[in-house]
Amino acid sequence: MTTERVDTVPESRRRASPAESSLPSSLRIGLNRVVPELKMFYRRPEQLALTFSMPAVICLLLGSIFSTKLPNSAISTGAVIAASMLAYGILSTSFINLGISIAADRDTGALRRLRGTPTTAFSYFVGKVMLVVIVSFAEAVILLLVGVLAFGLHLPATLSDWFTFAWVFALGVLSCSLLGMFISNLASNAVSAAVLTNGPAVGLQFVSGTYVPLMVLPGWMLTIGSIFPVKWMAQGFRSVLLPPEMVAFEPAGNWEHWRIFLVLTAWSIGGLIACLSVFRWSDQR
Amino acid sequence: MTSAVHVRGLSKAYGRTAAVRELDLDVGYGEIFAILGPNGAGKSTTIEILEGNRRRDTGHVRVLGEDPGTAGRGWRAKIGIVLQEVSDAGMLTVGETVRMFASCYGAARDAGEVLELVGLASGFGRRVRKLSGGQRRRLDVALGIIGRPELLFLDEPTTGFDAEARRRFWDLIRLLAADGTTILLTTHYLEEAAALADRVAVISGGRVVAVDSPAKLTAHVNSAATVRWREGDEIRVEQTHFPTELIRQRSKGKSELAELTVTRPTLEDVYLQLVGLAQ
Repeated sequence: MTTERVDTVPESRRRASPAESSLPSSLRIGLNRVVPELKMFYRRPEQLALTFSMPAVICLLLGSIFSTKLPNSAISTGAVIAASMLAYGILSTSFINLGISIAADRDTGALRRLRGTPTTAFSYFVGKVMLVVIVSFAEAVILLLVGVLAFGLHLPATLSDWFTFAWVFALGVLSCSLLGMFISNLASNAVSAAVLTNGPAVGLQFVSGTYVPLMVLPGWMLTIGSIFPVKWMAQGFRSVLLPPEMVAFEPAGNWEHWRIFLVLTAWSIGGLIACLSVFRWSDQR
Repeated sequence: MTSAVHVRGLSKAYGRTAAVRELDLDVGYGEIFAILGPNGAGKSTTIEILEGNRRRDTGHVRVLGEDPGTAGRGWRAKIGIVLQEVSDAGMLTVGETVRMFASCYGAARDAGEVLELVGLASGFGRRVRKLSGGQRRRLDVALGIIGRPELLFLDEPTTGFDAEARRRFWDLIRLLAADGTTILLTTHYLEEAAALADRVAVISGGRVVAVDSPAKLTAHVNSAATVRWREGDEIRVEQTHFPTELIRQRSKGKSELAELTVTRPTLEDVYLQLVGLAQ
């Protein structure tokens, strides 16, 4: 330790700063970031179009290809895909969107600038998570409209079904957001983040029952898909958007709500720990 | 008097390359202090460590009485940083950006007032990505001072400015300093350090090679005047501490010394000499 001389500072030259106690809370700063975050999102028309139209267009295409009715059922494979597609929608608005936008914030110096202000990492993530919740909600509305109008999906009829829908949505957004944040730390820039998020996302669509119904998948694909959150989100959405008898077409023969809850919760906790251990403000050492 | 910035024995290496070596620095409250050096001298590394944006290897560092490596948000509210090369918030308007940052502080300046101060008031409603390089820099400064910082860091603030823009920028810095803000800037422009700074630290190879006011820096190196004139086809150059006497003697009996000049070492000469000595 070095000992320092502490003399009086001439008051005329030292200008006092506002007291620390008058600082807005981390949460307050985070909430103040929500509207600017939304503006930065919707003012990029190409990003807006990609985020909202891709899942809807793919849903329409796949749903139209798989138009035959399932055996002994009035439901088409297309309807099963439309219900599952909500999981892709959430993956796109949370995992892909966050993975890229946080890497871009690091790229442009936005994070470095925030670091020099009383903004905390918590404030920053409050802004991002609120953005994701709002955008994911809009995405869900669009996909539900497509599903109901084009493929005859029924909205959840009971309160308990809506409750299931809500917690699957919330845990899905949370776990995928945290994984997106984690991925953004592995990416060296926004372009590599786009690859690191879209690559796994496309692969997961095939093994999670969103592009192709689970019952036609080989066992090993099903096993891989069962590790990741997308399969479970999709299963949760099917359980409330399809008629109850459709449970017969699930590989497990059961909606497995408790298992969906456990897997999504585990990914959320794991994602949180991963984010806390690797988050960095900048690409500097 | 306690210093706004107090540094002893600061070192930082990137792999095996030493960027900053055993650097000492003291910046008093209310000073405009310039760190002057060629590219790669360690200016940015030093200022980034002081801003809390980079970790140091060794050394004792206190900025506004706290260690920037561990200081919290209360400390960050008291400093302002004008970064090099940022391109964030492109989709927001200037006004929206300034307001967003203003909301991070307890007692921020008014957004309109700050934009007036940096000369960007007319750009309030423009998208940030449509700004010119100079306007973007003014916005950077606006964001740096929005929270009424006690200490403002500027890392090569006028790189890429034309002469006119640079002069206007200097006026702005002087205005902030007059308000009592301590200012620490890095620059590789000598004239910038000479025009703005109360004191200049010349750094080279990661070390401070001299610290003084621009005038004293010039004085304590070779202060002899150089007298230069033409005799016939020959250019004569003489160094002297008494140029008036020299000219009087040389011009005796002649009407005029052809092409006569008397020059003193400029800060640039001193700087080149110091940087040259260090290498």
